[in-house]
Amino acid sequence: MGEIGEVKNSFVEKLNTDFEVRSLDSVCINTSVLKHPWWYNIKYTVAGLLFGIVLVKTEVISWFRIQEMFRFQSFHMYGVIGSAVVTAMISVWLIKKLRVRTIYGEPIQLYKIRFSKGQVYGGLLFGFGWAITGACPGPLFALIGSGTTVVIVTLLSAVAGTWVYGFFRDKLPH
Amino acid sequence: MLEWIKNPWPWYIGGPLIGLTVPLLLIFGNKRLGVSSSLRHICAICFPGNIQFFKYDWRREMWNLFFVFGIAAGAFLAVAFLSSHQPINVNPKLVSELKDYGINDYSKLAPQDIFNWSSLFTVKGFVLMVAGGFLIGFGTRYAGGCTSGHSIMGLSNLQWPSLVATICFMIGGVVMANFILPSVLRL
Repeated sequence: MGEIGEVKNSFVEKLNTDFEVRSLDSVCINTSVLKHPWWYNIKYTVAGLLFGIVLVKTEVISWFRIQEMFRFQSFHMYGVIGSAVVTAMISVWLIKKLRVRTIYGEPIQLYKIRFSKGQVYGGLLFGFGWAITGACPGPLFALIGSGTTVVIVTLLSAVAGTWVYGFFRDKLPH
Repeated sequence: MLEWIKNPWPWYIGGPLIGLTVPLLLIFGNKRLGVSSSLRHICAICFPGNIQFFKYDWRREMWNLFFVFGIAAGAFLAVAFLSSHQPINVNPKLVSELKDYGINDYSKLAPQDIFNWSSLFTVKGFVLMVAGGFLIGFGTRYAGGCTSGHSIMGLSNLQWPSLVATICFMIGGVVMANFILPSVLRL
């Protein structure tokens, strides 16, 4: 309550379990109405570049580091993820507190995530995949860029997994 | 300075920089950090079939594909220009365990003993690269997000379902790495 831009719409929440995909809820919710030419998206490539560089330099995309993490043999990964969460948390708090706007002057909107059983079942399955490949989706792209080209196959397989989920979605418990 | 950048970065430098991606994307244009949705956009663009889940206006989500392209390009730049090419330094206990599985190459971020094109056609390689990838795609979409979308973005906005997801990621990973994966690696 009272948080700016927090969207509460039970109709939308019922339909959508995927809170990363914005346009799904855009039918009912007043999101950005700005229409920009495609090259406005280049700034997201710049953000991706910085993200990719940090993923490589902290070795979080390394299969070895992930094995270490899941065996509790090193603090490194916990330090990275923990400090990333704390930094992001403080940033989001400041954005709400100071009512920060986007560079185009729009209010920043944050969404509530509704619980679904998918977060448990899907979460466990993704955990398996994370430990096997030593990568989550971001690192898959980074590993390809870093020169382990065979990870293209892993990425395509992940796309296939996403497709199969979409195909069976109605039959799965949520 | 360049020498320092070329060495691996400690967690207290890299972690906060990763965290700052969240406000950066919000301020750039109300985008919430999340990488795994890019896989869904690729499905929606290339083979939507007749599946409701892939019928949406992916043009509005193009920023996400620009972002992941940047991740790959950034990784390329980091390896090409900002790296000292030292082998990865991990816990000696892990080194001796992996030695039993025939993994000895620490020169790159992924073990080149397994992650190469020719081992793709072995059982071990297939499980690690193909089956593992499938689980990433299926699991992240089922969970509605991955490490970035739930564990960083969701947690930073204090969403408890993201905490549930993160705990399940960890449980799945610990079980796989300690109890199942070793028998695959022994193959």
